[in-house]
Amino acid sequence: MLNVGKIEEGFVLDHIKAGKSLSIYEHLQLDKLDCTVAIIKNARSNKLGKKDILKVECDIDMLDLDVLAFIDHNITVNVIKAGEIVEKKELVLPQQIKNVIKCHNPRCITSIEQELPHIFVLADPAKEVYRCKYCEEKYRESAKF
Amino acid sequence: MNPLDFSVEELDRLFTLANDIEKNPAAYAHACDGKILATCFYEPSTRTRLSFESAMTRLGGRVIGFADANSSSAAKGESVSDTIRVISCYADICAMRHPKEGAPMVASEKSRIPVINAGDGGHYHPTQTLTDLLTIRTMKGHLDGFTIGLCGDLKFGRTVHSLINALVRYPNTRFIFISPEELRVPDYIIEMLKEKNIPFEEVIRLEDVMPRLDLLYMTRVQKERFFNEEDYVRLKDFYVLDVAKMTLAKEDMLVLHPLPRVNEISVEVDEDPRAAYFRQAQYGVYVRMALILTLLGLA
Repeated sequence: MLNVGKIEEGFVLDHIKAGKSLSIYEHLQLDKLDCTVAIIKNARSNKLGKKDILKVECDIDMLDLDVLAFIDHNITVNVIKAGEIVEKKELVLPQQIKNVIKCHNPRCITSIEQELPHIFVLADPAKEVYRCKYCEEKYRESAKF
Repeated sequence: MNPLDFSVEELDRLFTLANDIEKNPAAYAHACDGKILATCFYEPSTRTRLSFESAMTRLGGRVIGFADANSSSAAKGESVSDTIRVISCYADICAMRHPKEGAPMVASEKSRIPVINAGDGGHYHPTQTLTDLLTIRTMKGHLDGFTIGLCGDLKFGRTVHSLINALVRYPNTRFIFISPEELRVPDYIIEMLKEKNIPFEEVIRLEDVMPRLDLLYMTRVQKERFFNEEDYVRLKDFYVLDVAKMTLAKEDMLVLHPLPRVNEISVEVDEDPRAAYFRQAQYGVYVRMALILTLLGLA
């Protein structure tokens, strides 16, 4: 089994659905950070069978928790200081997300109005349904991630 | 604007004002003196545009605008956001129709003047819903406790969806959806009705339910919505309202239709006192007058 060492300062995103780590890497814009990032794919998990893990050595404030919660609010966020877990952050579905996903409804005004931000609003927290702020088209996960 | 942006109480105030305008038109003939309505219609809609223009003119105001995108700066590629910023300098209130869903909302975010959604693609047509509600409230005296039949294209008809959403807020409403299988009301509406415990039925034939209806809302069944010609021929007469079907209805049932009518209501039915669809067009002007006054703070 492959071993990836502990990090001293930063955060560990655990319980990522297997195969989703690269998409999270992209959406959190981790490529823009000048710090160590470890992407672990298909690690063994009692809870999920297989899971992905991301270890990032940077300040937790640099992480957009809203985007992460939108992608998967079941991800565990461990904050690490001096090599130890000091906090587990709970992810809450954001009320609104801006410019993370695009509305794919060809009849939506966002399809022609270039400068318009793509905003999705949490319409049904129980069913985790997001709708485009403008045309109310339902966001379908399968179409994007 | 979505009709649900108004509370039931706010709608009541709007309808009471519309009824007062109907009774005392002279009292409102100069209510909007010096005010300008801009009608920004990016797609043609003679009926709605003229209704807005009539409303503003009857209030003593003036109207500027364009009737299709080709005669506007949109043809040169100007965005809705920029257009409304400019229109805000020219007019006091704007009615906008746009083929893209959400365009009036974008406009309202950038505008310094009130923007009324006069229809945005297949999304909303709120002033039609206000018209429908005012017609029912005026002719029946209330908006609760009705068994309402919605007949025809219930899948793509935005006026149908808006009306359902508006009526669920009134107690003891019961819906009967009358449509071919292909044009059934969308799942999200069915889910919403189940969630709110609002009774509804789905049937294929209008005759079967006619005697139980207090209100019948007709829409057109378009041939191109069907998968094959055979189904269209087999089903189309189920959704044509004629004198024979009217004999099955209650004496005080109202027939509503957002218009334009093609052949889904036989012209013989026009003489029936229960046919309310042309009066509906009249109420459309009153409700738009009330809306303009309210949004301009002149009510």
